[in-house]
Amino acid sequence: MQTAQTDGVEFQPASDQSLLIYFGQQITPDAHQRVRKLLRLLEREPIAGVRNLNPAYCSILVSFDALQLKHAQLVEILRGYLRRLAAMRIPKGRELKIPTCYGGEFGPDLNDVASLRGLTPAQVIELHASVTYVVYFLGFVPGFAYLGELPEALATPRLDSPRRSTPPGSVGIAGNQTGVYPFATPGGWRLIGRTPIAMFRPNRKAMSFLAIGDRVRFTPISSARFAALERA
Amino acid sequence: MSTIQVQAPGLLTTVQDLGRQGFGPVGVSPSGAADPISLRVGNRLVGNKEGAAGLEMLLLGGTFIFPQGAVVALTGSDFGATLDNVRFDVGTSVQVRPGQTLRLGPTTSGARCYLCVQGGIAVKPFLGSASTHILSGLGGFEGRPLRKSDVLGIGRASKRFRKRAVNPKASENFSRRKILRVTPGPQADWFSESSLRAFYEGTYRVDEQSNRMGLRLEGAAVSQSGASEMITEGVSLGAIQVPNGGSPIILFVEQQTTGGYPQIANVISADLHRLGQLRPRDAIRFEPVTFDHARSLLIEQEKLLASRELILE
Repeated sequence: MQTAQTDGVEFQPASDQSLLIYFGQQITPDAHQRVRKLLRLLEREPIAGVRNLNPAYCSILVSFDALQLKHAQLVEILRGYLRRLAAMRIPKGRELKIPTCYGGEFGPDLNDVASLRGLTPAQVIELHASVTYVVYFLGFVPGFAYLGELPEALATPRLDSPRRSTPPGSVGIAGNQTGVYPFATPGGWRLIGRTPIAMFRPNRKAMSFLAIGDRVRFTPISSARFAALERA
Repeated sequence: MSTIQVQAPGLLTTVQDLGRQGFGPVGVSPSGAADPISLRVGNRLVGNKEGAAGLEMLLLGGTFIFPQGAVVALTGSDFGATLDNVRFDVGTSVQVRPGQTLRLGPTTSGARCYLCVQGGIAVKPFLGSASTHILSGLGGFEGRPLRKSDVLGIGRASKRFRKRAVNPKASENFSRRKILRVTPGPQADWFSESSLRAFYEGTYRVDEQSNRMGLRLEGAAVSQSGASEMITEGVSLGAIQVPNGGSPIILFVEQQTTGGYPQIANVISADLHRLGQLRPRDAIRFEPVTFDHARSLLIEQEKLLASRELILE
């Protein structure tokens, strides 16, 4: 059954120094597991000439030194790695909580999300905090975790025009995803709350508060608790 | 430690080296010099390793005092620099005497000028690199562009001064080009024939809102043919992504690490440094090449960079 792990895998040159590996074209738990496994294997046993890895929902972008490797050579090496995925075990993700103060100045789009979905703001909060999300990957900016799946009842399109700047810690939703902005960046996700937790801590060994595969719940807190945690 | 005093910072002056690779899994893009070839050449002029940290200036340069003196070189675009009011040429190494003032003005050519100093700019590395990542406030000098009165340390240099200059003949190969060569992007086949034609036949202007994260382009709008929904994936340096509005964006050194817009093409490695010299309103075009051709152009470029002919002693 070893070939099963390379079945359905597609390789696509992305640039003259990068290659995309697709585990299908759908966001599925299986694709996520394979992304995690291959990422772990590539981190443990780096390929000479590979410079960087960018995991995503069902793909990994591998950037390499074009003076050392060609796409075809890299594909051959990667096939060897893929054949080993079936036998790989990866640890279960940690369970983490993100205390979040919803609405008000912290969640300027909470009321819009509620009216778009025919819910009360309280129902939006309850739904958002009701499920455990998986960290599919970190991307976009340092420490930004793509979390899914958002309850169907909350699925909302992005803002028509993105904000020029979102305050760090802002909790946003877009489509069936949710996430926390670690830095003041432009952003098109709808903001429903804010966490006092620093999502990216450059001075720590684990710089990102969240890691790929972690399981996350948002827990509602008051603005007083937010202020207390922020000071801590 | 020898220092550089910032008397005027210029428009956007940051400490940059060749960037930090390998932190994609935590969402950290490499950053680094926008025109890495100019930085590498500048470092060679002052006798540094190619990847030493220097100062990257954008459009309007700064004014710097060297209280203890230094060996310095300017590369990239000509910002009309003077040393104590005497013309200071781009592409030569110069011994700056203690207390002298290096003053740069507005660009007279491309977007960026590099100041390299023997020993390199000394900052605490973040993830192995001195590069400033402006958006996240990480790396470089306090994670930010320089300000008036900042004092930068210069790394220890044991070498003596040698007069060096870039060979103008050899460096012609690195000069600015209006036509950027590209390979097909991963979603190139999502675009209709007519969109692809519009893209390759059209002239684009660099939008004012461009920065180290991305260059926004104005010109022929391109639209996707299919109704496919793109799943967010890792994006490469130089990727040309096309948002719904149809105006392409070239992802640049401080790029987002993942993206959800289809990519029509990708600037080839050998032309990436040229992106760093594009100014707002510059006109560019795109020319498709094969992956093999792109690779041979890179090999050629690296050969020239490593050659003795590049630097005259």
